[in-house]
Amino acid sequence: MAEHPLIFARGLVKRFGDFTAVGGIDLDVAPGEAFGFLGPNGAGKSSTMRMIGCVSTPTAGELRILGMDPVRDGAQIRARLGVCPQLDNLDPDLTVRENLTTYARYFGLSRAESRRRADELLEFVQLADRAGGKVEPLSGGMKRRLTIARAMVNDPDIVLLDEPTTGLDPQARHLLWERLFRLKQRGVTLVLTTHYMDEAEQLCDRLVVMDGGRIVAQGSPRALIESYSTPEVLELRFSDGLDSGAGYAAKLDGVGERVDPLPDRVLVYVNNGDVALSEVHRRGLTPSSALVRRSTLEDVFLHLTGRTLVD
Amino acid sequence: MPGTADNRGAAVRGTVHPTVAVLERHLSLYRRLWHASVLSSFVLPVLFLLSIGVGVGAYVGSVQGVGYLSWIVPGVLASTAFQIALGESTYSVLGDFKWVRSYHGMRATPVRPVDMVLGHQLYLIFRVEAAVAAFLVVVLFFGGLQSPWALATPLVCALLTVATSAPVVAFSASIDHDSYFALLFRFVLIPSTLFAGVFFPVEQLPGLVRPLAYVSPLWHGVELCRAATLGRSPAWPLVVHLGYLVAWAAAGLVLAVRAFHRRLED
Repeated sequence: MAEHPLIFARGLVKRFGDFTAVGGIDLDVAPGEAFGFLGPNGAGKSSTMRMIGCVSTPTAGELRILGMDPVRDGAQIRARLGVCPQLDNLDPDLTVRENLTTYARYFGLSRAESRRRADELLEFVQLADRAGGKVEPLSGGMKRRLTIARAMVNDPDIVLLDEPTTGLDPQARHLLWERLFRLKQRGVTLVLTTHYMDEAEQLCDRLVVMDGGRIVAQGSPRALIESYSTPEVLELRFSDGLDSGAGYAAKLDGVGERVDPLPDRVLVYVNNGDVALSEVHRRGLTPSSALVRRSTLEDVFLHLTGRTLVD
Repeated sequence: MPGTADNRGAAVRGTVHPTVAVLERHLSLYRRLWHASVLSSFVLPVLFLLSIGVGVGAYVGSVQGVGYLSWIVPGVLASTAFQIALGESTYSVLGDFKWVRSYHGMRATPVRPVDMVLGHQLYLIFRVEAAVAAFLVVVLFFGGLQSPWALATPLVCALLTVATSAPVVAFSASIDHDSYFALLFRFVLIPSTLFAGVFFPVEQLPGLVRPLAYVSPLWHGVELCRAATLGRSPAWPLVVHLGYLVAWAAAGLVLAVRAFHRRLED
């Protein structure tokens, strides 16, 4: 028997005046799942997260978190959520450790328990050696790890992560992903928003692709790629780049299942990139560069919306 | 909820009220930053007392039948409370919304806007009472207290703190730019301190200006403190002074909680 969903939404809407941020979405997030919202800025991801975090009241539709009503039982629900917001809101004048113990008290933990949790979590996010130091000199990645530790302080049922790695360098991102992956292995339910395809592929069991406040597709990363793209993509650049788009699209017709001309390159969706590339050469075309790669969620997004995800 | 929820929730027990948890956060910050306010909270009031009470007092002689020093002690006491209450309700409140965003952090927990407002008020009362206690001890050595009713001044100062701070917190939580504070300091703080019976009786003011003193919560606080340290009855009936301060405090708290709700929710 299926377990009750931790997050259940039907026809969820959020409007700000005339602007519809979330235009009626359905969600079911199961315990232990790592669930992602993928979409560009303004797709409605953060508005949805704020409603799930019980800090924003839905305009219409049904929303249940942990089986409770976020409007009536907001405080009880928040007691069981961990939130890592998009903008850091650590207390810069408190020490690293005090940031955790202070936050633990908001959840009603005893002093002893707060200290125990703080030490345990600092160990987990590899900041134990910075415990007594100020927050200010920490790097962006360290601050984000501290925020994640803070989100774990109440041993939450669901951890909400709003763009957890935006603005971090690649090394910091990988360290963060590795820690989040461990949380997932411990059975913590993760709900995250991202506009990075690699992040969604790394972390999410299941995701929804949002655009313009609506869900345009959903499934596992693999399933989405299988249904909306081909196994491989051939990326071609031509040195006379000016009219590469439309001009080359016609010449490449039939090389793959689909051809997508972008301003700077042409994407050819194919089953086998190398076979397709020799076909390109056979037609006498001479791309200045050719790259064969696996399909990613970016290709899915491009196919679904006609736009790239990150400019 | 079945499954994992029960076991996890068990780690969280309400051993501290969220309002107290917010108070603790302010106290933790104060422990780090206390040295910044030592001068204004503890040293300046005493310097004021010495320079004006003793220095100016030597020329003034007595006011309303008591030595000038004894006369301005309650004024300096109440205005110290007023200034701490006002000063700690401006930049730090706006900053916790706009720059530090710590109120947004609290909002993601069971802490409610009313807890944030009340926890901050408790912290301010602590700050004010520490300054008031230190000042009273110093003044005692100067013979500035004429009545055991002086023991009531910390209560008056606590009420004055909330009556002053709560409306200012509501203001700070509603604005988006700190330039508004210049207006607050120029048109509220300075006139209040000058014309609220701290340094001279409001009867000295022209009749047209006098209502400004009556409007300010500070004047009512000064009158009550003065009545206490001199052991006489205040200018107006006790219940009117108290009622006026309670009204400011109550209205301020309602407005502050509403402003926090507005700012943190949509």
